Amino acid sequence: MTESYSPSRETTEGRVYTVGGGDWDSVFSGDPLHEERLVVNMGPQHPSTHGVLRLVLELEGETVTDARLVVGYLHTGIEKNTEFRTWTQGSTLVTRCDYLAPLFNETAYAMAVEKLLGIQITERTKLIRVLMMEINRISSHWVWLATGGMELGALTAMTNGFRARERCLDILELITGLRMNHAYVRPGGVAQDLPENAYEKIRDWITETDKEILGVDKLLRGQVIWVNRLKGVGWINVEGCLALGLTGPMLRAAGLPWDLRKTEPYLDYETYDFDVPTDDGADCWSRFVVKVAEMRESLRIISQVLQRLEQTPGRVVVDDPKIAWPAQLSIGSDGMGNSPAHVNKIMNGSMESLIHHFKLVTEGFRVPTGQAYVPIESPRGELGVHVVSDGGTRPYRVHLREPSFINLQAVATMCIGGQIADVIASVASLDPVMGGCDR
Amino acid sequence: MTEASPANVPGQHSDVELARQDGALPSGQQRPGMFGVTGSGDTSGFSGLQRQPWVELPAERPYGGYFDEVVDAFLAAYPEAEQALRKVVVDRDELTLHIARDHIARVVQVLRDHPALRFELCSSVSGVDYLAREGKDGERLHVCYHLTSMTYRRRIRLEVSVTDADPHVPSVTAVYPTADWQERETWDMFGIIFDGHPALTRILMPDDWDGHPQRKDYPLGGVAIEYKGASIPPPDDRRAYR
Repeated sequence: MTESYSPSRETTEGRVYTVGGGDWDSVFSGDPLHEERLVVNMGPQHPSTHGVLRLVLELEGETVTDARLVVGYLHTGIEKNTEFRTWTQGSTLVTRCDYLAPLFNETAYAMAVEKLLGIQITERTKLIRVLMMEINRISSHWVWLATGGMELGALTAMTNGFRARERCLDILELITGLRMNHAYVRPGGVAQDLPENAYEKIRDWITETDKEILGVDKLLRGQVIWVNRLKGVGWINVEGCLALGLTGPMLRAAGLPWDLRKTEPYLDYETYDFDVPTDDGADCWSRFVVKVAEMRESLRIISQVLQRLEQTPGRVVVDDPKIAWPAQLSIGSDGMGNSPAHVNKIMNGSMESLIHHFKLVTEGFRVPTGQAYVPIESPRGELGVHVVSDGGTRPYRVHLREPSFINLQAVATMCIGGQIADVIASVASLDPVMGGCDR
Repeated sequence: MTEASPANVPGQHSDVELARQDGALPSGQQRPGMFGVTGSGDTSGFSGLQRQPWVELPAERPYGGYFDEVVDAFLAAYPEAEQALRKVVVDRDELTLHIARDHIARVVQVLRDHPALRFELCSSVSGVDYLAREGKDGERLHVCYHLTSMTYRRRIRLEVSVTDADPHVPSVTAVYPTADWQERETWDMFGIIFDGHPALTRILMPDDWDGHPQRKDYPLGGVAIEYKGASIPPPDDRRAYR
């Protein structure tokens, strides 16, 4: 502190400063707007950096002249942890990466392990996985809309978005027993079948969600502030996207209809009737348009998959008892656990069942040596899981190609030369989840 | 395997011969059995089954699918393809090209730009530490590049392997800018140095961190915990199913 900011005087209580506001002419000389370069740390604890992302911005006035990102604050070593747990326990760990799209992490991981095992999952399993992922896609897009709206000052978008997302989570809780971190999709199948009242509840939810999407769309699409904050902001075209590895809504908002559900179909996505929404603005507004349209398409898929589920009875895990989880799981008041009937059988009825249960749960199954890479379309882009097995009961290496991690590299490209306020809109449109980015 | 047969010449089909030996690893190490038992012949624990040896057999033509086309196009497009392509592996419907490390940066340039290849998107770059398979002094550190061709809707994997003593790999960031953070992560986690990277610094771990945590010989630390008279050893010494 220099005297020009705050003159001081000695008193009996010690030195007292008078902070009287600046006589700025004595601080700056010449043209302060264009000479003063300011480095601002945004984050890691900042309400609009989506968790613990740190942006180091170099500013000239309000213009961003350089942007650097610091990530890693949420690194929890999930990839390393999987190497010390069984293949089945792996889904409990990977679900915690991108915590807004846990079912995508689980499904991609399970599909990679199944590819290594060389097993085919049942029809009903595929349908349930598609159902769960599409519900999850909608809930993830709601969070994007809610947080993105909040960061730009549209608080109604936040309250409505989180309300609608909570309804999605109600459905996920009904089926898996948990709102988040489900560990529901496991190598070989899913943890358990849908409860009987699920169909009715999901149908009600579809009607509700349809209305919610319409409401938010009506609220925001013509809203002048919303339009002005998003249009022409955070521009990145197809070439930029490909060079920086951007996939998902970012790429589709730039005009390339690249959706792995269509281009490299998995889980029979080619048999569903849905469109891949695109836009040609390559800016934050286009991403808004694309994501809202994607939510509608997901609802279409969910309606179709519900119909098929009612006509497709069957098991929800593979038939092979050497791989399928031995316990019949059920949802109690405290979440999912072994069903009382199963516990009774292994503890009182059959010694062989007990041994089998014990071996499979503690030791786990072995996976033949080799490696596999499985990419799926998560709400944020290509989520790839690379799994290596040494033939043991635990993964030798699990790597997640996380779209949040890759997409964040584009922040500098999108922000440099723009206003500092537009940094918020750009980062929000990327929809990064730091749990996924840092793993 | 003691005779000087063509199969013993490195780069030939020595892996095939190795695969026939029971339980041996290419490094000559013996695979330990359950709970670290060695020398008993039981490499599997309770089940008594022989575990399959862990080698990647080179694929034979035809590779199937689009794999032949990709390899042929690459051989035609890259002038030093003979030296660059060390091994072709086809496993679980995935094509892996093992590339000599000095060539990798030029190879990806051809793979991206050649009209018959066009791998526009570098999906993923990551590392794997094959310590258990290749041994401490072998080429244990692998870099895996997953490339996607949007034009042809094809995917391939490139693999480059280096030793711990000389962990240098040319960076591919000039061809694929998206590899920037991914190479930093691979350096951070495995200690593989990417030459030519614009700023190879740690990304997930703190800047002053010691060691590379995802290496297989990275110590997990910890102390023995005593609980009700029993002592539970730290993770590294704890027994485990293998």
